[in-house]
Amino acid sequence: MCGIVGLFLKDKALEPKLGEMLSGMLDVMCDRGPDSAGFAVYGSGESGKIKLTLRAPEGFDFAALGKTLGDDVTVSVRGTHAVVSAPAAREAEIRAIVAKTKDVAVVGAGQRMELFKEVGLPSEVAERFELSKMTGTHGIGHTRMATESAVTTNGAHPFSTGADQCLVHNGSLSNHRSVRRDLDRAGVPVQTDNDSEVAAGYLTWRMNQGRTLGEALEDSLDDLDGFYTFVVGTETGFGVIRDPIACKPAVMAETDQYVAFGSEYRALAGLPGIENAKVWEPEPAKAYFWDRAAA
Amino acid sequence: MNANVESHAIDLAGSSVRELNSALHALKEGSNASLWRIANPRGLHAIAAGVDAPVTVEIDGPVGYYCGGMNKQATIIVRGSAGVGVGENMMSGLIHVEGDASQAAGATAHGGTLVIEGNAAARCGISMKGVDIVVKGSVGHMSAFMAQSGSMVVFGDAGEALGDSIYEARLYVRGSVASLGADCIEKEMRDEHRQELFERFKSAGVNGQIDPSEFKRYGSGRTLYHFHVDNASAY
Repeated sequence: MCGIVGLFLKDKALEPKLGEMLSGMLDVMCDRGPDSAGFAVYGSGESGKIKLTLRAPEGFDFAALGKTLGDDVTVSVRGTHAVVSAPAAREAEIRAIVAKTKDVAVVGAGQRMELFKEVGLPSEVAERFELSKMTGTHGIGHTRMATESAVTTNGAHPFSTGADQCLVHNGSLSNHRSVRRDLDRAGVPVQTDNDSEVAAGYLTWRMNQGRTLGEALEDSLDDLDGFYTFVVGTETGFGVIRDPIACKPAVMAETDQYVAFGSEYRALAGLPGIENAKVWEPEPAKAYFWDRAAA
Repeated sequence: MNANVESHAIDLAGSSVRELNSALHALKEGSNASLWRIANPRGLHAIAAGVDAPVTVEIDGPVGYYCGGMNKQATIIVRGSAGVGVGENMMSGLIHVEGDASQAAGATAHGGTLVIEGNAAARCGISMKGVDIVVKGSVGHMSAFMAQSGSMVVFGDAGEALGDSIYEARLYVRGSVASLGADCIEKEMRDEHRQELFERFKSAGVNGQIDPSEFKRYGSGRTLYHFHVDNASAY
């Protein structure tokens, strides 16, 4: 089992409440995945700047690291994670410094995406990172019950394998070893043993080749084998797909204000206006996606 | 309303599903407590599962998994959509879902009637054993998989592999069938089948509104009942 949620806002007025809504959805999914949790939120961003979400052990001095990175860099610390905002041109240089810093890892990067994940009860993880105070246009979240790899922060979702791209997965992939080799040859880095990161890498690879999010999701039906419901985010987009057998549960709701995804309806029950939302079960092997850029 | 009818209102925002179900399970034969109104179901699981009394349970909103599972005698009305396995292993009574139903609606159900106003997702009526299912929308793939007895009436379309490895249930579909599963075949519609459809329409509240001849009947080709030596290489 695992619980996944996603929220894509159409109404700007709800943007200050994105974190609060997403955190409510994640809380309800605790019992589908009590061992770890994570989420990605698409907040504010400036063109010409990059946000890198870093993770380090408890008590790590992010402020000191920030000083070594220079005056044009800001660091915002949230528990074991910190979001470093820097001129985009300095990304490679900053990544090189981080790579040399013991115990610190880059978990996500992009103009707008921030990504947090940790072992622990999802409601506590969300509280630790103050998800309920976050604002943004869309976000995805995951509560994990591990099956294919160990209960570690590295195994927690979401996975990000490209700028402003992230994925959460409920299910398990049976051909992730062979897809991993394909990605390796294509130069898409996959860092963990987790099967879901391979799915994220696969979509990144396809989008790098010029496919849209929707097309990349459709491609995954041919190339990924196993059980899956994926919810994915890009800088402007939000997508959902289920494998053709559709063993893993999924419910969606749409109103004039938002599109929401939950593993179960319970996750959606607290959303504003849900009584009058269009609620449906996404069909097997059908890609659903929304794009702010297209709107 | 009958003066003897005792009506109960339970709000699941305050009470637990366990409290509700315990109260329903405690009903004795001849009880007058025949109407139960359930508020704030919020997609919670196992609402009104295991009821064995001739009561009416009205649930005011969407329910989660296994609503009305194992139901005997009760009439359960869901004023919203239902999660996985609504009416699973139902024995008798009526379950009426006013919205859509998720996967495995009416799975293994032995008797009673399950009416779904909207669509039912994959595996509707999987391993059904005597229930009568009426879906006013469409059903997903692998519906009536290994169905053994009972009937399924679909006003819309059926997904892939309808009736795969079916035994003796009778399937009626008005719209298209994406594909038939192993050993499921189209069968002749005789008077007895039109009569059965007429009865099902009545139970679904659309008495006389639909022409049974718009439906096609599907059932077992009965070629999988016995081992056939030509299939030996398949094992």
